[in-house]
Amino acid sequence: MKKMFKITAPEGLHARPAALLVTAVTPFECDVQLTYKEKSVNLKSIMGVMAQGVAPGSIVEISAEGPDAEKLFQTITEVMVSKGIGEEC
Amino acid sequence: MLEIQGIAVSRGIAFANAYCLKEPDLTFEEVKITDVHAELERFKAAIVKTKTELQEIHEIAQQKFGAEKAAIFAAHLLVLEDPEMLASIEAKIQSGVNAEFALDEVSNMFIALFEGLDNVYMQERVADIRDVSKRVLAHLLGVEMVDMNRLTSDVIIVAKDLTPSMTAMLDTTYVKGFITDIGGKTSHSAILARTLEIPAVVGTKNATENIQHGAPIILDGTNGKIIVNATSEVSSFYMQQQRLHNEENEELLQYRSIPSLSADGFSVEIAGNIGNPEDADMVINAGGDGIGLFRTEFLYMERQELPTEEEQFQAYKSVLEKMQGKPTIVRTLDIGGDKNLPYLKLADEMNPFLGYRAIRISLTQQEMFRVQIRALLKASAYGNLKIMFPMIATLDEFKMAKAIFLEEKQSLTSDGFPISETLEVGMMIEIPSAAIIADLFAKEVDFFSIGTNDLIQYTLAVDRMNENVSYLYQPYHPAVLRLIKTVIDAAQNHGKWVGMCGEMAADEIALPILLGFGLNEFSMSASSILRTRAHIAKLSKQQLMPHNERILQLSTASEVEEYVKNNLLSLP
Repeated sequence: MKKMFKITAPEGLHARPAALLVTAVTPFECDVQLTYKEKSVNLKSIMGVMAQGVAPGSIVEISAEGPDAEKLFQTITEVMVSKGIGEEC
Repeated sequence: MLEIQGIAVSRGIAFANAYCLKEPDLTFEEVKITDVHAELERFKAAIVKTKTELQEIHEIAQQKFGAEKAAIFAAHLLVLEDPEMLASIEAKIQSGVNAEFALDEVSNMFIALFEGLDNVYMQERVADIRDVSKRVLAHLLGVEMVDMNRLTSDVIIVAKDLTPSMTAMLDTTYVKGFITDIGGKTSHSAILARTLEIPAVVGTKNATENIQHGAPIILDGTNGKIIVNATSEVSSFYMQQQRLHNEENEELLQYRSIPSLSADGFSVEIAGNIGNPEDADMVINAGGDGIGLFRTEFLYMERQELPTEEEQFQAYKSVLEKMQGKPTIVRTLDIGGDKNLPYLKLADEMNPFLGYRAIRISLTQQEMFRVQIRALLKASAYGNLKIMFPMIATLDEFKMAKAIFLEEKQSLTSDGFPISETLEVGMMIEIPSAAIIADLFAKEVDFFSIGTNDLIQYTLAVDRMNENVSYLYQPYHPAVLRLIKTVIDAAQNHGKWVGMCGEMAADEIALPILLGFGLNEFSMSASSILRTRAHIAKLSKQQLMPHNERILQLSTASEVEEYVKNNLLSLP
């Protein structure tokens, strides 16, 4: 399954927001990818995510395959909203 | 027994074992391996050890310094466990090379990738990757990493130099003092030692080569001496000295809550220099009469973008509230020179101290400057704020900065913000041109603050960081004294006051000269406040003044020093 998110964190998906997301998804079993500007990276990889350099205001796609994908998306949405990183769109 | 002489920068005597901060030897060879499975296991074991180590450090750092400063280690843990990085390294090992080589190759690849990104934050992550791969490499090679965060007994740090990031984690529970090869009275590490109130000796040139890790050391920060493997006679002499030093400190405590007055009742202000809001507590504890210099660079450093108006406002307000109506002088941003802000993308310069820095940047990048001015104006309602501009060289610069200040004041006032009626606007005197025409500036400013560190540097054309010319860094040089006198006289003629916020303001030889010249405010490290108040209480301004003309006629710094010792410090 996949969902689109708009990144609202003023610094984009760098530093703190990236670390928060990676930390949140790491415990899940399923594979999870972040796609930005037609390039996909492992959302469990802090270096992969930061190397994407997602700018504030841009749209990213997150896709996940696996048994706990539904729960994973719940967690992602929660972290995005509560930490002011982004919102579903 | 070995004696080493350096520059005394922070008073006190410490006894402890040497803790040498040396880069460990992490060299290795590329080796073809046959047992891939064993090599993978060896790599995984090193990762596990590094993880345990980082978790431990993270926890200690959290307890000692709070979550914010400890966050760096959480970031290191994420890098260590990064699945992309681990997979790449394991793939390399599977192709038949040793783990050390695979780790190095992969981390260099990531470093190159991050360095290529046009984003300062990413470039900073390079340091994280280097740090983590160094730790793993050390475990692979079985080399012990020196870790200041895991101290369990008293030590004296011995290092080539202490960088700001190293000192951020300095724990004075165990760090009893430090010794560095390079540096001088005004270097980072020296200022830090005085802030932490631990003895320090810098500029020893080769302490790191001559002191063995673990060797027992006596550190005399008052006289700049280091004794390694002291004999019992020498030890007991220094124990006596330490007792005297402690007694002296006790005695000084009586000066905590009395006004700063000379022996003949002339009132001065003895204030503290601070670099962040927390330092204000130390000034209050030392009984300071105010803050003579609040450096605002901390707000801008170690981050990725400019601080907002609100962030700045909160920082200024918190200091003003702590100071409870005591004067607090904030210096507007003094960046450039040796302090860079990566996100401003300032070009490298041939002569940074003569280049694009301080007010020169503020007047060019006005939006940044206006944000700071607005934050200061809003904060002014919460205490006794004064503002000063750094590195003013021409009258036009001061007038421009003042005009911006007035514009913002006008606009905030019409928006209904309460702004202090008594907010004074002054300037630093650091450049000889400003000192020489101080009479012209005196009509425009509310006060002067003489920044002697730079004023000496610019007057004698001496780079204060360059050890080869350090003999020229002469606070008592007649030219420096004449400039100071010119500034004080110009201010007095226009009914303005003058402070000093360089190291010279707490110098025992300089004090009687400055008091005689009529300096009003002395601002220094919190740890020097009580000593200076006690010193001034023994000096009489009336008796010092007749010496002014004679002092100004002396021809060398050493003549000045001798004159003060023979004539001023011995006055009844």
